[in-house]
Amino acid sequence: MKLARQLGITPLPKSITRALSPVKRFRALGFPFRAPSTPRGVEPVHELSTTGARYDTSWARRTPARMARAAIVDGPMRLAVSALAAPERRGADRLLDLKGPAIFAANHHSHLDTPLMLTSIPEPWRHKIVVGAAADYFFSTRFVSALSSLTIGAIPIERTKVGRRSADLAAELLDDGWSLLLFPEGGRSPDGWGQPFRGGAAYLARRCGVPVIPVHIEGTGRILRKGKSMPRPSTTSVTIGSPIRPTDAENANRFAARIEAEIAALADEASSNWYQARTRAHAGNTPSLTGPSAGSWRRSWALGDRSRRAKTRARRWPDI
Amino acid sequence: MASDPRRKAPRPGFVLDVDRSTPPILFHHGENFRLEKLPAGRSRVIYPAEPLPGLPDPDDSIRQALLNPIDDDPLPTLLKPGMKLTIAFDDISLPLPSMRAPDIRQRIIEQVLDMAAAAGVDDVHLIAALALHRRMTESELRHALGDRVYDAFAPQGALYNHDAEDPDGMVELGQTRHDEAVTMNKRAAESDLLIYVNLNIVSMDGGWKSTATGLSGYSGIKNHHNVHTMQNSRSFMDRHASELHKSNWRQGEVIKKHGPRVFQIETTINNNTFGYDGPMSVLQKREWEWSAKDRATFIGMRSGLNAMPSSARRKIFQSWKAPYELTSVQAGEVEAVHEATLENCFKQHIVPVEGQTDILTLGLPYICPYNVNSVMNPILVMCLGLGYFFNMYRGQPLVREGGVLIMSHPTPWEFHPVHHPSYIDFFEQVLSDTTDPIEIEKKYEKQFAEDEWYRHLYRTSYAYHGVHPFYMWYWGAHALQWLGRVIIVGGDPRSVRRLGFQPASTLQDALEMASDVVGPHGTITHMHNPPILMADVT
Repeated sequence: MKLARQLGITPLPKSITRALSPVKRFRALGFPFRAPSTPRGVEPVHELSTTGARYDTSWARRTPARMARAAIVDGPMRLAVSALAAPERRGADRLLDLKGPAIFAANHHSHLDTPLMLTSIPEPWRHKIVVGAAADYFFSTRFVSALSSLTIGAIPIERTKVGRRSADLAAELLDDGWSLLLFPEGGRSPDGWGQPFRGGAAYLARRCGVPVIPVHIEGTGRILRKGKSMPRPSTTSVTIGSPIRPTDAENANRFAARIEAEIAALADEASSNWYQARTRAHAGNTPSLTGPSAGSWRRSWALGDRSRRAKTRARRWPDI
Repeated sequence: MASDPRRKAPRPGFVLDVDRSTPPILFHHGENFRLEKLPAGRSRVIYPAEPLPGLPDPDDSIRQALLNPIDDDPLPTLLKPGMKLTIAFDDISLPLPSMRAPDIRQRIIEQVLDMAAAAGVDDVHLIAALALHRRMTESELRHALGDRVYDAFAPQGALYNHDAEDPDGMVELGQTRHDEAVTMNKRAAESDLLIYVNLNIVSMDGGWKSTATGLSGYSGIKNHHNVHTMQNSRSFMDRHASELHKSNWRQGEVIKKHGPRVFQIETTINNNTFGYDGPMSVLQKREWEWSAKDRATFIGMRSGLNAMPSSARRKIFQSWKAPYELTSVQAGEVEAVHEATLENCFKQHIVPVEGQTDILTLGLPYICPYNVNSVMNPILVMCLGLGYFFNMYRGQPLVREGGVLIMSHPTPWEFHPVHHPSYIDFFEQVLSDTTDPIEIEKKYEKQFAEDEWYRHLYRTSYAYHGVHPFYMWYWGAHALQWLGRVIIVGGDPRSVRRLGFQPASTLQDALEMASDVVGPHGTITHMHNPPILMADVT
């Protein structure tokens, strides 16, 4: 208006300018075209959130989304994982006799663990799998929720409160033939050592009668540990264990402890060799995943002892 | 395909009488194939049984076999802390072709080692029981045992190939009642427990032959790998009528008395050599059941193979891994276990056949036990045809005495210089002099067996022992003695003549040549092998 006056142009009356602005015109319409205001004397009704644990991920399991996800996992995700993590994958042969859905349970150090797992899990499970992801993190907004559901097939898992919704959804999907990837520690490692396992994977295995496949991931903490935003390329290994099932006498807590012990044995196998690891496992001397109970600097110090062994390459005979 | 009723109820092997409506029959021809029309009215074709169903849970079956052995204590009770444990296993010559991962040896050895780990056994050695065969390469050992076992034992030097020429690594356990020396790998002989992990693809394998031959040296093996033994085995595929096995069993008595305690684990596999589906599946179907897809696949495969150089063809075939399935596993006392193994082996292989034939025809494939990842040289062609295939009988030979054997194979004058150095000299020097096994044995065997250069190559390179080509020739000694003529169709005439056989361009030519020996109306029998079959001739 000032500029118009300086230029000697007569401004339009306010009533006309208001009429020309569609936003302002809409605002001027009022109720019922606008939401009603709540009287001060009444308790407002809170609408149920459509993010977090309530986010509906069913669209991400329909064919178009699955095809898009398969293209993402086998394309850019695999390339990125190879470039960043150079994974050495072992133990897939342990699954050759396995049929039907399963719960893949792995230790958790980094956001890279999920892409690494999705590109390491063999067929036929790789393209019919959902990932249990923290509802408060991966489903915080509608955009993040959609992205998580599409790219990694995430389903929301409540980790801050006890709820049936997450468990029911996971159980329903397992019954429908979907496999499930879970990180039973419930979050990424804060210091490089593992955290105590929660019972979700064990509970679902018992409830749905599916096996748990323990998987140990090593090295992703060096690439993108908790608290870091820029990845630093390094080498990793993924060791897949034999499928295990709960026995009749084993409740969820005991089975969760066995899953943790199996992953600890796989960690031992990755850092030493299979026979030594089995010997220690049978003797009950497998090094713990959670590290020593000591001060933080001693725990950090002890981490250095768990270095990876050197890679061995299969010698190839020259062509004849 | 999983619901294919034939997988659950496989058809047994049978004998087809050829008539005018019989389609041309598939003949393996090295790294290629031929389709041959057999004369109607006087020909028959023996087809192998379809693959028996594999065990539904192989790992559990193995575990049960180890926990409930035959005539022996459960394996966990034999394993003690501080003991010396040796696990010996069959080498690259089994199975044929190599099987898809995980190999049965890996499945068994992982379970055995897991039990040893539970018992706290620290002193464990794993030995490839290869006798006088070539050493296995790292990738071959990894394929047979898996990366977990290889990485746990090979870097410490606890997983290695048997060395029959190591002067400090062999011991003599004694003499049999027939004065046959019994030698054994020293580490195995001095162990508190020797576990042998076997894989039976044919009935010749297993039993005391595993340890008495597999872990032995020349001075022990020459007692049964000789012309006399082979000519008196009727056949060496029938353990109870085989001099080869009788000698091994006598050596087994000495091992029982003076050697280590042996815990034998034996397995059998089915006939699923080429798969139920995929490009090779047509090779285990009966010709009149080939679908349009099968015929198109076969035509495409043969056209492609014809256009390729032999090295490319060899590469393709050698890379094939058979989807074999485990049909039985038994563990415990050697002889009792082996009897059970034979029964399971025969369930898959035996085909009853009435009467002998004048002319036996064979299509020889690209592989035999001694050219895995290698070249099938002319001596191995002779060994496969006159040794293995001719001896796939129980009762009496398929072909009558004085009859004719017609084999189909390109028989190239080609040798693998690293794997088969002594074969080259055997072919050039020995066979140009004589093809008579008795004379060869008398005149040349010792010279080749004790040659320092061959010994060096066997121990440090990947060469078969200097004496090995002699054994290949002896393997066919019974057939050479029995047959009136041997003809090779489509073979390199120079190589075929050097072997002492007659070359023919076509099967019709070969049948014409055979008529000189058996007359113009001689009966013909074709063994449709592989997949493997064994004729029970009455």
